[in-house]
Amino acid sequence: MEISVKINGKDIKADIKPNTLLSTFIREHLNLTGTHIGCDTSQCGACAIHLNGDAVKSCAILAAQADGSEITTIEGIASGDKLHPMQQAFHENHGLQCGYCTPGMVMSSIKLVENNPNISEDEIRKGLEGNICRCTGYHNIVKSIKQAASVMGG
Amino acid sequence: MPDGGSTGIGASVKRKEDYRFLVGQGNYTDDINRPNQTYTYMLRSSSAHAKFSLDITKASEADGVVKIFVGTDMDVGSIPCGWQVDSKDGTPMREPAHPPIAKDKVRYVGEIIAVIIAETLEDAKNAAELIDVNYEDIPVIIDMQEALNNANGLVHDEIESNVCYDWEIGDSEAVDKAISEAAHITTLDVRNNRLIPNAMETRSAIGDYEHSTGQYTLYTTSQNPHVIRLLMGAFVLGLPEHKLRVIAPDVGGGFGSKIFHYAEESIVTWASNQIRRPVKWTSDRSEAFISDAHGRDHVTSVKLALDKDGKFLALKVDTLANMGAYLSTFASSVPTYLYATLLAGTYTTPAIHCNVKSIFTNTVPVDAYRGAGRPEATYLIERIVDKAAREMGISQVDIRRKNFIPVDAFPYQTPVALQYDSGNYNATLDAALKKADYDGFEARKAASAKKGMLRGIGFSTYLEACGIAPSAVVGSLGARAGLFECAEVRVHPTGSVTVFTGSHSHGQGHETTFAQLVSEKLGISTDMVEISHGDTNNIPFGMGTYGSRSLAVGGEAIVKAMDKVIAKAKKIAAHIMEASADDIELNNGNFEIAGTDKSMSLADISLAAYVPHNYPHEELEPGLDEKAFYDPLNFTYPGGCHICEVEINPNTGEVKVEGMTAVDDVGKVINPMIVEGQIHGGLAQGIGQALLENAAYDSNGQLLSGSYMDYAMPRADNFVDFKVGNEVTLCTHNSLGVKGCGEVGAIGSPPAVINAVVDALSELGVDDISMPATSEKVWSAINNAKNKN
Ligand code: FES
Ligand code: FES
Repeated sequence: MEISVKINGKDIKADIKPNTLLSTFIREHLNLTGTHIGCDTSQCGACAIHLNGDAVKSCAILAAQADGSEITTIEGIASGDKLHPMQQAFHENHGLQCGYCTPGMVMSSIKLVENNPNISEDEIRKGLEGNICRCTGYHNIVKSIKQAASVMGG
Repeated sequence: MPDGGSTGIGASVKRKEDYRFLVGQGNYTDDINRPNQTYTYMLRSSSAHAKFSLDITKASEADGVVKIFVGTDMDVGSIPCGWQVDSKDGTPMREPAHPPIAKDKVRYVGEIIAVIIAETLEDAKNAAELIDVNYEDIPVIIDMQEALNNANGLVHDEIESNVCYDWEIGDSEAVDKAISEAAHITTLDVRNNRLIPNAMETRSAIGDYEHSTGQYTLYTTSQNPHVIRLLMGAFVLGLPEHKLRVIAPDVGGGFGSKIFHYAEESIVTWASNQIRRPVKWTSDRSEAFISDAHGRDHVTSVKLALDKDGKFLALKVDTLANMGAYLSTFASSVPTYLYATLLAGTYTTPAIHCNVKSIFTNTVPVDAYRGAGRPEATYLIERIVDKAAREMGISQVDIRRKNFIPVDAFPYQTPVALQYDSGNYNATLDAALKKADYDGFEARKAASAKKGMLRGIGFSTYLEACGIAPSAVVGSLGARAGLFECAEVRVHPTGSVTVFTGSHSHGQGHETTFAQLVSEKLGISTDMVEISHGDTNNIPFGMGTYGSRSLAVGGEAIVKAMDKVIAKAKKIAAHIMEASADDIELNNGNFEIAGTDKSMSLADISLAAYVPHNYPHEELEPGLDEKAFYDPLNFTYPGGCHICEVEINPNTGEVKVEGMTAVDDVGKVINPMIVEGQIHGGLAQGIGQALLENAAYDSNGQLLSGSYMDYAMPRADNFVDFKVGNEVTLCTHNSLGVKGCGEVGAIGSPPAVINAVVDALSELGVDDISMPATSEKVWSAINNAKNKN
């Protein structure tokens, strides 16, 4: 079947099998390998992207369901060489180690902050319920998000 | 230590590697695709112990199938174990054959029984459904005690026992004597729960055989590509090094689980020659649960003998260690040399004896996981010290201080082989007490009590041995490889530097820390330094990253190579400036003639080395590129104090970590930000082990915790902000004074957490709780105690 999506600002048409997961479509068809796969039960959040302005787990929906929608992946959030404040905050606060959970963390966190500009530490920790990181102990991720929240206009 | 400017030793330089990860341009194995590649699905045994046969006829004809291989197709060597341990009677450990694809018998759920290679992954999976497998079940061996008695038969018929080895260390006579004369004896049975490492990137491997040149390339998620080249090349596939290239690109976390040579690596490498196309395999998470090596899984009885004042006299330890169904790469060393040699901990216990029986069971192979052996040792020591203090009415702080190895006793020879070079355990304890606001604990406990909550505080004053090396030492202990490290420092013509290191970074930030070493020594900014790792074709040699060895061993190799660069650069500078090499001094990147204002920069010298017009040709070769191997004299010995504070809801049993303080002595700190990050991550895994994580099998050998729904991975809201600090005693046998920080968090913290839980419950008469201390377990302990009282 054919779908069309706008991904990172670019209009794309693609011919896919109806059972293709959105995450597979992004990684294998579009070669946007920044979106990662960390589980097969929709629980780790490594695959989080923005779909029509919401953070969603791209492994939990079919590409067909995204037909006609606007998608942003980790590759699409910096402005040129200038990192998004969330990316910048992760860098400054050592919010990443192996980097594998990072794209999903950053994508989820952006929406956490956009939806709750004065987000508290407790709310950040609860808000990260769907994102697993095995490296950082979350300490510096929480710190990063706090800093980004202040920059993003909390 | 001289200050190399803002990017030298001691600076929290922001990580050079971050950018590519933050913009989604990391290059992990599964991100790589080779032209004309095929996809692989591994059909895995659903039975834990069975004779089996399969029929692949239908599947072979399915859409998109390129080839299906079964065990008898793959006539190669056995997957090797890298460490030989001998039993106490001198017989070598029992080493069962370990074929990459099972031939006619399976021994754990998850063992590979067929390899389906197809044009797409979907085709491969669909074809797998068409394979008929016929299992003839054999009694399953799960419980180690039962396995020990061969009660349910044998995991491996050909080795006549389920015991891999029956090993001991220490002086059992001295221990028995001390126990018979002691004023007090504390006993404890502990289980160190089985864990699943769960790096967020699952394993992946691509084999790519180039027929025209006879070259094999393996892309793999490994912590040590050269080790894989050796193990797989020499032992399994019979491929010489010059025809085999192993690339471990960006790797998404390892924690030990990506040290080992796994069957899938051999399979894709071998298969790509068989079908003359690249073969790719990527594990999904469910597969990872039943195919990545698991960690821990010890059952131990401990006895501690004390005199009437609480001085430790002897420690007696008996352990059953689960090996799983086959011996993984380092499995045999974990419950012996990485475990029992640590049993002195930070204390002067004069007599120690430990017996370890390692046991085969019908479970996934067990091997090193962050800390490997040392968390198991630390757990039992710090738990029994805690219990002894309670029994004898001594405070947790006093019993530790009374028994600490004093600062003036270093180098300190323990009764279990190791010689500690440095440490100051009172200093880390003092600093941790302060950081944790120990003085305020009683008030916080009273406040909790007012809310109807129980509050407890727990200590762990641990020590570990890392910087895993001394080839001569590990060789005498059974290691079948050397454990040095190699580095090459290449100064380019215009003065920038590439370092080729045998260490491998999978989150540790080597690209930054190692660049800081160069910045410090050669006086150039880290921007001028590139760290290259992970490709056997680029890196001269490497033993890789595990056992917190990258800085203490790999970093020292870089320093040694830089020393050679500097010595040569001085000679070049001396020639050009017409001085004696002995008079050349290196200050902030300038090679100066002492006492004059004449100097040359590193870039001036490197240009002269590569454009050698005015050059001491009779004495030196052109170029500025030096290599070094470094093999240390001893392990390094980080240690410290972890203090955990918990609040428990007696109605639900829920344990909340209210405070986690860690003051560690990891020796000289190169990048404080990165070191703290390593400690945070270790603490999270340690707390995870203590409160959440558990790999459980049922009696049929089915893994009950085989997904994130049943295996409780720590999430952000399981933790509070960690309080991390450090106290420094320098390592005395490396030039940097560094020890290692990758594992301390996971080693020190579990007993601190459990001791805190026990402390909170102690007023109810509870004196032990096993890991993980889940709400359910704590609630039952509270209720049982209430019913008893
Ligand atoms: S890969 Fe989507 S939630 Fe884990
Ligand atoms: S940085 Fe490695 S999983 Fe989060």
